[in-house]
Amino acid sequence: MTHPILALNHINKSFGPIDVLHDISLTVRAGEVLCLLGDNGAGKSTLIKILSGVHIPTSGTIEMDGAPVSFQSPRDASGRGIATVHQFGGTFPLMSIGRSFFVGAEPTKGWGPFKIFDRKKANEIAIKSIRDFGITRIDDGERLVGGLSGGERQSLAIARAVYFGARVLILDEPTAALGIKQAAHVLRIVNQAKKKGLAVVFITHQVTHAMAVGDHFAVLIRGSIAADFKKGDKTREEITDLMAGGSAMAELEAEIESDAHHAHVA
Amino acid sequence: MVLIRNLFRSPAAASVLSLVATVAFYVLVGRADVLALVSAASWLNFAANLGIVALPVGLLMVAGEIDISFGAMIPAGAITTALLSGTYGLPIEIGMLGALSLGVIVGLVNGILSTSTKVPSLLITLGTLTVMQGIVLWAAMHLAGNASIPLQAPAWAKFLFGQLINNSHQVIIAWWIILVGVFGLLLHKTSFGNWIYAMGGDKTSARNAGVPTERVTIMLFVFSAVSACFVGMCGAILFNTTQVSGGMSYIFNVIASIVVGGVLLSGGFGSVMGIFIGTLTFSIVNKGISFTKINPNWANLVIGVVLVLAMVMNEYFRKRAFHYGSASK
Repeated sequence: MTHPILALNHINKSFGPIDVLHDISLTVRAGEVLCLLGDNGAGKSTLIKILSGVHIPTSGTIEMDGAPVSFQSPRDASGRGIATVHQFGGTFPLMSIGRSFFVGAEPTKGWGPFKIFDRKKANEIAIKSIRDFGITRIDDGERLVGGLSGGERQSLAIARAVYFGARVLILDEPTAALGIKQAAHVLRIVNQAKKKGLAVVFITHQVTHAMAVGDHFAVLIRGSIAADFKKGDKTREEITDLMAGGSAMAELEAEIESDAHHAHVA
Repeated sequence: MVLIRNLFRSPAAASVLSLVATVAFYVLVGRADVLALVSAASWLNFAANLGIVALPVGLLMVAGEIDISFGAMIPAGAITTALLSGTYGLPIEIGMLGALSLGVIVGLVNGILSTSTKVPSLLITLGTLTVMQGIVLWAAMHLAGNASIPLQAPAWAKFLFGQLINNSHQVIIAWWIILVGVFGLLLHKTSFGNWIYAMGGDKTSARNAGVPTERVTIMLFVFSAVSACFVGMCGAILFNTTQVSGGMSYIFNVIASIVVGGVLLSGGFGSVMGIFIGTLTFSIVNKGISFTKINPNWANLVIGVVLVLAMVMNEYFRKRAFHYGSASK
């Protein structure tokens, strides 16, 4: 069996006296979606920051393709093909699609000091990359990113990461701020990225979204992995309860229901 | 049609309308003579001096920074040229080189302070503005004994930097047009320009994408201070003398021109064409009123109304630019 693209072995992270992550071990394989579930404050963001090179783990090792690596900066991680897409797409709302797609890696034409930004080429590549993900409404690279819907912006950011050779895609709550249709759209794109052979780490607290695309699930509670299971091993209710820390969720739901019932009767 | 549609999505849209509206108002309501207004040197000279500073400061604003120290750098450029080549009798080349070098130094200080601290560049350049005012006044009074330092530039320097074409139009207008082209290429046609937009949008994302944000910021501050010194230098060569306080009114005028030109105060949006037309508009509003029958006591009222209208229109056009509605819809 081949090595996973990315593996975390016994990662611990503390900030001064505060332990944020304990003994995290995870593997991400090509063509697989790992869903990282957890309530607010469970340590998801810290874990993402370790994966993307923002934080250095206090102890434990990170391996890529079976060989140990260490990320000293976000540039290190992105240089190895790890791309992070944040909730709002991390793009520039006031820039055109073609311009924002190539920030920091602009295509140029001409030579020497007369290198000119090749706007036409930038627009063509950007539009083609987005259309490859099935978004056909976008046909003009001169449009401003801010004019796109939330889902389209996420898709643009994912398309950009794929174009620049990402092997591991970390999606930080990509559906959190989206409506139902938009979220479905992003989920479809996650599936396509997976089919293209990328390893996807999908961070969310929305269990239904996770179940729609996930192959492998890890539930994070107070900095530890509380459960690690494969698709089909657990039901939606079981996962929700796990995330909320035991059976609390079912009780809470019952409580709310009875409240609603009382209100109705009154 | 496409041209018109694209114009209305560009950052320059509101400034074009403001320009047309202002001229129309002055001609129709103010009973100004169109030909006299258009051919007048007063507003064009004014615009060129403002415009040369507004270009780099506008780029800084697109990049999410601001520089107001040019208010002291304009007199600093003039005083340096006049001190070196007037008081000390050195060749004019040395005086000019000295003025521009001073711009490089102050630009570097502004840029390095802005990138190495978290202090907003408005406050940093407020500091360097005041410091440079102090240095300029001290230098003029102690080294030359007078704030008005005489300078007699040789003919070639007068021809290039201090000529009055037709005895009315300053040669600096030509420099302005050239620089509009240079800065236009820089912002719209190079990777450097793309980095400026990205930095104004989100500096952290730009840095993570590989943009050398600190180098870009420092270079822009250097462009700004050097341009201001250039304007001061040209003024000293043209008028054969200097003023210590001449630059302060520029601070308001330059920033107003840039904002009328559609540059977003918070960065990330704007164009060189917008800055150019914004400067023209502001200058015509400001100087054109004397060609009308409008009582000059109303001048500030008219300027204020035009400014507010231009801002409101800018806001409207920026929203329009977001709309995706393509031609097929």
